[in-house]
Amino acid sequence: MTDFWFQFLLALDSTLRVATPLIFCAMAGIFSERSGIIDISLEGKMLMAAFVAAATAYATGSPWIGAIAAIIVSILASLIHGFACIIHRGNQVISGLAINILASGLTVIIGIALFRQGGQTPTLPRTSRFNSLELPFVDFMEQNVPIFGIIYKELLSDHNILVWAALASVGVTFYILFKTTFGLRLRAVGEKPEAIDSAGISVTRMRFQAIIIAGILCGLAGVYLSTATGAGFVKEMTAGKGYIALAAMIFGKWRPVPALFACLLFGFLEAVAARVQGVEIMLIGEISSDLLIALPYLLTVILLAGFIGGVTPPRAIGQPYIKER
Amino acid sequence: MKKKILEQKNGGQKSPFAVSLKSICKSFGPVRANDEICLNVSSGTIHGIIGENGAGKSTLMSILYGFYQPDSGDIQVDGKAAIFKQPSDAIRLGIGMVHQHFMLVPNFTALENIILGSEGKMGLKNGLQNAKLKLEELKSTYGLEVDLDNVTEDLPVGIQQRIEILKALYRGARVLILDEPTGVLTPQETDQLFEILLALKSEGVTILLITHKLHEIMAITDEVSVMRQGKMVANTLTKKTSPEWLAEQMVGRSVLVNTKYESGKVGSVALSADGIGVTDKRGFDSLKNATFELRSGEILGIAGIAGNGQSELLSVLSGITPPSRGNFRINDKIFDSKNHCSPGLMRELGLSHVPEDRHAEGLVLPFQAFESVILGYEKNPSFGTGFFTKPEQIQAHCARLQDSFDVRPQNPTLISSQFSGGNQQKLVLSREISSAPKILLVGQPTRGVDIGAIEFIHKTLIKMRDSGCAILLVSVELEEILSLSDRILVMNSGEIMGIVSKANTTKAMLGKMMAGIPLEKAIEEKN
Repeated sequence: MTDFWFQFLLALDSTLRVATPLIFCAMAGIFSERSGIIDISLEGKMLMAAFVAAATAYATGSPWIGAIAAIIVSILASLIHGFACIIHRGNQVISGLAINILASGLTVIIGIALFRQGGQTPTLPRTSRFNSLELPFVDFMEQNVPIFGIIYKELLSDHNILVWAALASVGVTFYILFKTTFGLRLRAVGEKPEAIDSAGISVTRMRFQAIIIAGILCGLAGVYLSTATGAGFVKEMTAGKGYIALAAMIFGKWRPVPALFACLLFGFLEAVAARVQGVEIMLIGEISSDLLIALPYLLTVILLAGFIGGVTPPRAIGQPYIKER
Repeated sequence: MKKKILEQKNGGQKSPFAVSLKSICKSFGPVRANDEICLNVSSGTIHGIIGENGAGKSTLMSILYGFYQPDSGDIQVDGKAAIFKQPSDAIRLGIGMVHQHFMLVPNFTALENIILGSEGKMGLKNGLQNAKLKLEELKSTYGLEVDLDNVTEDLPVGIQQRIEILKALYRGARVLILDEPTGVLTPQETDQLFEILLALKSEGVTILLITHKLHEIMAITDEVSVMRQGKMVANTLTKKTSPEWLAEQMVGRSVLVNTKYESGKVGSVALSADGIGVTDKRGFDSLKNATFELRSGEILGIAGIAGNGQSELLSVLSGITPPSRGNFRINDKIFDSKNHCSPGLMRELGLSHVPEDRHAEGLVLPFQAFESVILGYEKNPSFGTGFFTKPEQIQAHCARLQDSFDVRPQNPTLISSQFSGGNQQKLVLSREISSAPKILLVGQPTRGVDIGAIEFIHKTLIKMRDSGCAILLVSVELEEILSLSDRILVMNSGEIMGIVSKANTTKAMLGKMMAGIPLEKAIEEKN
């Protein structure tokens, strides 16, 4: 039983690690989509950021400079999306798709040109990465505090700063969205842009602000992948996480806290999948690893198809704003 | 306090005009929406602007509100030249607008909607509390009763409109523009609105009322301006004018206002509905227990505010959606939830349908007129061989219809979307009538249609009735219902409030029923 408990804690611990990029991207999606801009380019922005973070961190030796460069590139990708969909009223899905395709091609081409390692960046040394932070008094807590002590050590300690940043981003998103003037306007522009326009506020400006924030958050997700959990960029390393984050955001009804739980659920499934792989389970036997890897994706499909029917997205989502007549 | 600020800006000297427009021109492509418009609005008055649809009223007001920029011309506010690049410039000078289609975020509370755009500080909490205090004051000064914490979409339209008015006043509006404010209101709500407007006027607010309803102009305005085809054709004091004269100015010729048509010769039952109900996807009963008979040679008017089950009723009877409960009968055929029927089969039974929304359901807008005019009838052997169509015959057919229905321009190959609203409606009507139906369902036949075409459409419907057709007329225009119908059925929240003959009712009684008071109670209250 204690072994199961321990395993469960470890699974929760890796849930947090796996969910971190999902949380960043889901919050990015909330900002963008609440303003009325469909953002399927979460994936592409995250991938670009991951590459730029790793490449810059390798060149400069500093993960922080890598992070800043990655965020700038991710914002640029957002601005391309905005230029196409807000200024030129292009189709938001097509524009997002174009950014994703651009990202998957560009990262590999530039990677080969710069490093000649088949699209990867060289492995980053510890000093060029965001490393895990051990919380204070870990051993003391484990020895003297029952139950919480072990949770403290195994679950809460030993995460890098970006994991905490991701969790904090949920609170910040909630606060901005529901407790500030900016948030009120942001929600209004995604529901009824005419109301914003007639109140004398620029719809274009509001939407650009929203997608820039989305760019920053996607950038952080990419930074996390290549310079925090990973030690360098690997071709297509986002592996659909942007889409899963999008699903989590929809599953969470475009709300930060429910979206966080959706991300954690998807993260948990993936963590469990990794843990039970190759393990004999009573009565069932060994579970096919392919099935386990597919599980989060299957669940996404089922959840989206079955449970989301009654959810209303922001009313003006996907519609370019055109003044009447 | 607002007054003081404005006076200071003007250096103490007060212009008699709150707003004056000089030689305003605005074109959209080849269309001159506003042509050399001049307008002076005296401070503290209610100034009506009347004109047909497409006369340029809304464009002019959008210019005054900073939504569009004029191609040329000057705007003065309180005697000082003003340039509006965007709505916020107009708001700053104390001009507020209540749009025809409300600019409210449906899932926000009334309070959130009111403060949107002028919230004050970064954090929302303080702004909301301060606003509440200020709004309580505004509410009591002007008699604008609104519960600020309710979600907007759950409120009746009359209240939503008050939110819009409060929104403008909260921003310090001293000139309030109302664009077709009564289109969505019950007669009672309209009366309440007018009381509010009078209260605003007594507090010194200048009001610009845009409408196409003559009686509203006569009832409440001090001065009136008439627009026709982008030009300002008349400016006068309301008490010096008459509805007939205004109507003549609007259309450029004399028309009969509110013609009362004689009742028809009523024949046998053509369609009978028994307990029809519709439950929509969300599980909401949008139509409840509708039971009535429609006889040949009569027009049964369905009165009610838009969205009270009329659309669902049309959709069931025309065969588009099956009823969830109950049944209806045409000749000996019974249709219910299991045994329902397509619009095509309905047409074969002699039932034609002029849909409420001609753009969405009546026409395919990118189609040429001759294509639009056979939609649903394309299987008719004179239009094709079953696989190939016969474009020449169809074009000739279309030209004949355009001629007899006076569709302009008389061009069968013109794209449907390029006809004006009235002419589009005539195209739809001509298509549905040309099959000589025994039953005709008509939804909003004159929505967005100019007066000349309204008259023609009304006469056509009466002619159809006199030839023995059974007509079900759904309209949100009470005047239209009263003018055409033999009997009137009033709906509210999906329920039938009562059926009355035209001779036995009054507008006030219909208004009560539209507001949800059943017929028996409405009669009791009257006595």
